[in-house]
Amino acid sequence: MKEVVEGSHAVSEAVRLARVQVMSAYPITPQTHIVEALSEYCAQGRMAGRFICVESEHSAMAAVIGAASGGARTFTATSSHGLALMHELLHWASAARLPIVMAEVNRALGPGWNIWMDQTDSLAQRDTGWIQLYCEDGQEALDTTLLAFRLAESADLPVMVVLDAFFLSHTYEPVDIPDQATADRFLPAYRPRIQLDTREPCALSQMAPPGCYMEMRYDIQAGMRRVPDLYTTAENDFEDIFGRRYGMLEAYRCEDAEIILAMAGTAVSTSRQVVDDLRDRGEKVGLLKIRMFRPFPTDLLRRLVGNAQKIAVLDRNFCFGLGGIFAQEIRAALYHGERQPSVFSYISGLGGRDVTPEIIEEIYRRSKSADHPEIESVWVGLDPGICPV
Amino acid sequence: MIRSPLPQTDYMTSGHVGCPGCGATVAMKFALRALGEKTMMVIPACCWAIIAGSHPQSSLKVPILHTAFATAGAAASGLRAALDMKGDTDTVVVAWAGDGGTFDIGFQALSGAVERNEDFIYVCYDNEAYMNTGVQRSSSTPFGTRTTTTPGSNWKQTRKKNIVEALAAHRIPYAATASIAFPEDMIRKFQRARMLKGGSRFIHVFATCPTGWRVPTDQCIKIARLAVQTRIFPLYEVTDGIHYTLNQDASPRPVRDYLQVQGRFSHLSEVDYDTIQGMVDEDWMLLKRKVGPWPSETDI
Repeated sequence: MKEVVEGSHAVSEAVRLARVQVMSAYPITPQTHIVEALSEYCAQGRMAGRFICVESEHSAMAAVIGAASGGARTFTATSSHGLALMHELLHWASAARLPIVMAEVNRALGPGWNIWMDQTDSLAQRDTGWIQLYCEDGQEALDTTLLAFRLAESADLPVMVVLDAFFLSHTYEPVDIPDQATADRFLPAYRPRIQLDTREPCALSQMAPPGCYMEMRYDIQAGMRRVPDLYTTAENDFEDIFGRRYGMLEAYRCEDAEIILAMAGTAVSTSRQVVDDLRDRGEKVGLLKIRMFRPFPTDLLRRLVGNAQKIAVLDRNFCFGLGGIFAQEIRAALYHGERQPSVFSYISGLGGRDVTPEIIEEIYRRSKSADHPEIESVWVGLDPGICPV
Repeated sequence: MIRSPLPQTDYMTSGHVGCPGCGATVAMKFALRALGEKTMMVIPACCWAIIAGSHPQSSLKVPILHTAFATAGAAASGLRAALDMKGDTDTVVVAWAGDGGTFDIGFQALSGAVERNEDFIYVCYDNEAYMNTGVQRSSSTPFGTRTTTTPGSNWKQTRKKNIVEALAAHRIPYAATASIAFPEDMIRKFQRARMLKGGSRFIHVFATCPTGWRVPTDQCIKIARLAVQTRIFPLYEVTDGIHYTLNQDASPRPVRDYLQVQGRFSHLSEVDYDTIQGMVDEDWMLLKRKVGPWPSETDI
């Protein structure tokens, strides 16, 4: 049934429908609405899960690691500094192969204090062994969260569902919320692969000496390699039941595009409109939406890029000393491909700054008129009154 | 033959990798004898993270969840929640941490968990320094101690943190001290803690470390006993954070008897002995006052 709900609550609804048994979280803006709703569902008896109100995000992740090790389906949510505080435990979750699902609301890190949208927090966790999926709108946030449990439990790896602060987390949209029976058809009851059991005592996450540590790491990579197939299988089932699919990447009007705009998150919606407008004016432009960031879908990216000569990447994040993170990843992915389109790297919309259609058009124009990309990322929309460019 | 009243089934194997004379291994042996097979251990970084064995072996016959240093209280909370959701209320969850993981880096998660009154037993086996990383001071290291980070004339100049008082201040159902030199008392306390399920129980176990304390490996139990006899480490219980019971109150020996047999205190002078004796006497008086008769309505 379609209801007008906030992006955050779309995630909460999916967690309820997933029949999560143990949740734990610490409040941080703008993630709070997700867990407040879950607390409410538990209080109302709409959910049978246990909600552990911990004293920090570090403990939130530790608590769900404990619960997942005990054989429960688990969920947590965080953002920005909370995610940074969790960093250590993200490794404990993935290396233990625990299928934890976490919603992460993309928000800037301080100083200066900034509660608004920025992707650097989640992208800084790229080496933790978590699957990362980025969402564009409320419906996608709900669907991706449900899908995340299927994926996590089939891949034995944790999944981070990423959504933009405020642009998505606090925006109300019509969202189709499935009924419980339909959700159950897609996501059956959780059967843990490994769990602590007094009848068969074993030690989890114990010391791994040099004789086996490397093999354990290789095994995680082998697990990551299976993710695209597992994801596709899960999405096929999802489409059968719900009639929707998203893919790991979405190519929009890319078939004959000479320049492809690439990005993740809510700026995709604005860019879709810009691409339509530019197409109306005869420009051969397409849009690549990045949905899966880890594992990075390299093969699919190479295929979808097709014959485009230029890829213009909008990064709402920054790696100091290098550049936009998505741009670097896309460059690396294309380097050994059959064709190497030029990758233009643009930084805009950091810390909640709006990414307007004008900015996206400017990115397109600059990419079209330049022969080669600048070596460094180009910052678009800087205020010269504050920071001389 | 005199039959020992203690439970006889061991859930700890030989072949563990504890140091010779390690008090923490004795503590685990007694604790598991008292708790039985329906026990799950949550062990953060500490000596026991090593003693429990490396992959693929284990020195315990109960399940172990190894976890990050700061997280024993939180990981145990999550494990308890999972067991509850599966309807398993028999199994007791035990967080088993050293003084670093309890007094210091793990204190936040522990305080958070006991404030929520999580249904578990939290055990700190206290060897009074970070022994696993090579004898660095912790906030459990007593006044007067030389460690590798309080060396030479920079021996530790502040008191040991009183962890039981800190936990009792959370008003948890049960907090107690225990010593490996008093097995009957220790086993009784673990059995009591197991029976008190439903809330947080904390047991502070005094566990000698021959390596870090610079004592002969065969002196482990004797020194632990001296700690109780000199009132350095009194044995007592606190229920609901306010009701104190003293378990051992014989005529005391001077603290010098305890201090002078350990290398970590060998630099101390007679004046230092007197200073420490003063601290111990003061702590004892405070404890006795708490143990004393509960004030009646008219006293308030």
